[in-house]
Amino acid sequence: MLVEEIRKSFPGLAGTVYSRPLVYFDNAATAMRPIRVISKLEDLSYNHNANIHRAVHRLSAEATEEYENTRDSVQKYLNARSREEIVFTSGTTAAVNLAAFCFGESFIRHGDEILVSEAEHHSNLVPWQMMCERKGAVLKKLPIEDDGTVSLDVLVRMLTPATKLFCVAHITNTLGIENPLKDIVNICHSKNCPVFADGAQGIVHSRTDVQETGVDFYSFSGHKVYAATGTGVLYGRKELLEKMPPYMGGGEMVGTVKFTGTTYAPLPGKFEAGTQNINAIPTLVPALEMAEAMRDTELEKYCEGVSEYIFDALTSNPRIRLFGVPRGAQKKAPIFSFVVDGVHHEDIALILDKMGIAVRSGQMCAEPVMDRFGVTGMVRASLAPYNTMEEAESFIRALERAIKMLS
Amino acid sequence: METSLEEVKKQVVEDFSLYDEWLDKYEYLIELGKALENYPEEKKTDDRLIKGCQSRVWLDYWVKDGRIWFSADSDAIITKGIISMLISVYSGRTPEEIAGDDFGFVEEIGLKENLSPTRANGLASMIDKIKAVAAENVQS
Repeated sequence: MLVEEIRKSFPGLAGTVYSRPLVYFDNAATAMRPIRVISKLEDLSYNHNANIHRAVHRLSAEATEEYENTRDSVQKYLNARSREEIVFTSGTTAAVNLAAFCFGESFIRHGDEILVSEAEHHSNLVPWQMMCERKGAVLKKLPIEDDGTVSLDVLVRMLTPATKLFCVAHITNTLGIENPLKDIVNICHSKNCPVFADGAQGIVHSRTDVQETGVDFYSFSGHKVYAATGTGVLYGRKELLEKMPPYMGGGEMVGTVKFTGTTYAPLPGKFEAGTQNINAIPTLVPALEMAEAMRDTELEKYCEGVSEYIFDALTSNPRIRLFGVPRGAQKKAPIFSFVVDGVHHEDIALILDKMGIAVRSGQMCAEPVMDRFGVTGMVRASLAPYNTMEEAESFIRALERAIKMLS
Repeated sequence: METSLEEVKKQVVEDFSLYDEWLDKYEYLIELGKALENYPEEKKTDDRLIKGCQSRVWLDYWVKDGRIWFSADSDAIITKGIISMLISVYSGRTPEEIAGDDFGFVEEIGLKENLSPTRANGLASMIDKIKAVAAENVQS
């Protein structure tokens, strides 16, 4: 498959900014949406708009089918054992908050420990911090190595009998490092510690198999993997989800409701209170199909070439410090966060913007990572499989020009 | 005779209009930023930071002979250029002049809509701070 073919499916890529062709390198924040996703959202809004599950009428049945079929697709995509392990949320943040609150209620007592990797974005840190405060538990930081990786030796050392959960990104949003989930799970499980893996970036750049890796939880946002915004997934191992109380009450998360007490719906309904984002959730189906289609050997090889070109250009410039360059065998996703000596990250992003290149600057919703590397912010260029070599070349040229202007 | 505030603003708008492309206008802002006089390190204090900017902007001022004088710095050069441009207009003016001004020339330059939302907020914060300083010093 050729990159040109893929690009035809993403109308947002053909845009111009300030009459220059757009180079969209902010995919780690949100990805472009393919025509099939946009059409799906439209089709549901035009033709199948009804609330799901409860009504007997035809339209409701169609909407329910679309919604529940999506659960099957996600189950298959993650290779979960059962569809009851797939809970729909509004995104990664909502998924982590749900997990943190409900896991905390069931499993965390005063003095317990939650271990969180230092490289997490705020969404996989703050909910755990809030839960620890509520439950009187201790939040412990697993320090990352200078190259941005999680050291398994450090992990072994930091797990104690009191550690009740380890929270770690599948792929980190700033450094782009792919963590070896299977090894991490093996170590943690040998000490009876479950693993929460945040897949906000992992779902885009890696294969995710929850059975093969053995993770106990996995979260991701739809919009980063080409689906509509306001969609997300929490995967949880059934044995754990069953023991956890509901997060929010209301809607159809119930069995029976009396003023004397309420029983709750079985999984996954008990975690899906209120009307869900019913027109948008089904866009996960074409979105994940698109993600799958882009795992084409020829395209992957092309993407690796683009990645290598950017990596080489950034690392060969003595004024640029690229973060998250693994010394060992860990894989790096095409997420490039860097600083330029003597130049503010925001200035770089602003000049690049004027040249039509969209990158992110600032703390990347990961302030502890900035502190770890002693910077106030970074510039991040994050790619998707639809980005081309021409775009990469134009990015590097523009970056060089920006550095010159700002020096 | 001293140049009026209106004339100074007109001059700034004219200077910016010399550049057609925003990339060139930025180049001009960068020059302004680089030209900003040395701001003392010891005045880079938290109470002088302008809140609401993504990059750090320090604004110091003093009142002499009924006029307000500003000095500023930033760790980002374009932001520094913006604050440099603002204080070149408003430094040495009376509190009444500044407080009574609508800062509309910033719109004329087209600066606000050409900044990212976070920077536009930063610009608004800088203007608010300058206005607040003036308001505090208006003789009642």
